[in-house]
Amino acid sequence: MSETNGTKERLLPEEFADLERFSDWILPTEPERYAKRLASTMEEMQNLYDVGMARLEDVMVYLDARFPLHGMPDDAKRLMHLMQSVVMVSFPVEVWKQPRVLDSGAAWVEIVREPVV
Amino acid sequence: MAHFPKPAAGSWTENWPELGTAPVDYTDSIDPEQWKLEQQAIFRKLWLHVGRVERLPKAGSYFTREMPSVGAGTSIIVNKDKDGQVRAFYNLCRHRGNKLVWNDYPGEEVSGSCRQFTCKYHAWRYALDGELTFIQQEDEFFDVDKADYPLKPVRCEVWEGFIFVNFDDDAEPLVDYLGDFAKGLEGYPFHEMTEVYSYRAEINSNWKLFIDAFVEFYHAPILHMKQATAEEAAKLAKVGFEALHYDIKDQHSMISSWGGMSPPKDLNMVKPIERILHSGLFGPWDRPDIKGILPDELPPAVNPARQPTWGQDSFEFFPNFTLLLWAPGWYLTYNYWPTAVDKHIFECNLYFVPPKNTRQRLSQELAAVTFKEYALQDANTLEATQTQIGTRAVTEFPLCDQEILLRHLHHTAHKYVDKYKLEQAAKAATNGSASKTEKEGANV
Repeated sequence: MSETNGTKERLLPEEFADLERFSDWILPTEPERYAKRLASTMEEMQNLYDVGMARLEDVMVYLDARFPLHGMPDDAKRLMHLMQSVVMVSFPVEVWKQPRVLDSGAAWVEIVREPVV
Repeated sequence: MAHFPKPAAGSWTENWPELGTAPVDYTDSIDPEQWKLEQQAIFRKLWLHVGRVERLPKAGSYFTREMPSVGAGTSIIVNKDKDGQVRAFYNLCRHRGNKLVWNDYPGEEVSGSCRQFTCKYHAWRYALDGELTFIQQEDEFFDVDKADYPLKPVRCEVWEGFIFVNFDDDAEPLVDYLGDFAKGLEGYPFHEMTEVYSYRAEINSNWKLFIDAFVEFYHAPILHMKQATAEEAAKLAKVGFEALHYDIKDQHSMISSWGGMSPPKDLNMVKPIERILHSGLFGPWDRPDIKGILPDELPPAVNPARQPTWGQDSFEFFPNFTLLLWAPGWYLTYNYWPTAVDKHIFECNLYFVPPKNTRQRLSQELAAVTFKEYALQDANTLEATQTQIGTRAVTEFPLCDQEILLRHLHHTAHKYVDKYKLEQAAKAATNGSASKTEKEGANV
């Protein structure tokens, strides 16, 4: 892709180039993904969810056939971070129909240590 | 009526007659004086879980813990010394009391590894076993002997890789304190589950109220109704909740529950992403490839009713440590750290076997994300409870048989406070008027 137009660096493995339009959801940590979720509209999250859910199984098959979990090249890692965002938006889309947890009011739970891919 | 057998006494609650069946007085969760007594009688005297040994991978590894529940400002260093022993010290330099280990913000916890501890203020140095090894310009001091100024130790003992500290030097050994539940859990492969997700929340409620929320699942079909599919939620609410088993051993307790949806009997019971990732609130469905988690390999304290539908056991080690084991082979811990009668810090750690591929990793991701969704709902409900019981418009509340462990928790906290009050009164009586300063010091 990048070779042909020479303007944009490819972020994801070529097989998943169609997901590049969701590149602002390529976020390695939970606090970043959670903040993005709270700052997004339901329409934005529904789009990511619909496309991401359709490719989730393909992504796992693709990555697990090629790389060990802790030895992925950067484009594969970014694909993984994007799939983690699909997981993040699944509750707003499937359950709450809003970005925030229902009835969570002023409550705040933060992640302080997590494994980062 | 009951789907699972209850004790011959007729109910779980009546099986422990000292708990009674009358409504429970919740003044213990709103009275600031009661909290001050709990701090002295419970948090300054009992064993407190502060982390896993995996946080100290090598000699020199350390982490600090802020311990406001023990006393304002209390901070400790937990480390591994050259001989591999896990130790704890007050985080305070013996020279003039500066906080010894911190970065940027003195109130924030830090971790890392070092060969020795060096004070930022005047560069006094301490070995990993606490020994004072260097005094800057030592000959300026008067008859100082370094052997007299080691770091002040805090009692620190380890059970199955769980590090505990105790601020009472006369406390009984940790394993004796943890008792039979702990003995019956020994051998569970905690050490294999080293993939950790840690959470923290500041909660505007008494510490006991969050434990209340986690030792009964009577609330689950109602409060968390929306998380299940509509059909499943209706069914769950109609059936309600019954535990498989409850047990109480002295100050500790446990609740054993059925397995729910890991894996679900019918895929239509769960959300679309759960179907793809084989995971949900109850954890990843596919068991990791380790020894010690299959039904017939579990240690004796787990699934005490030997129910084939078993899904999870939650052990409540008094005062503030919950250890929850899930059937598919993972566990979590909760700690509740009071900072005031109506405030506490909630900590949670989820522990999984390290994933081998992206499929396992995303399965754990969904379990972790799901946990937070539930925790947020639970946390907010607590604040709603605290503000209302705080009005004292009503002070006594009826608890059902599925809420027996709440009854036991409040009963146990009262028992420790009452014992402490008697001890203080006895001390005051023997010391006569001379005890005045001591009483003031005890903050009663």
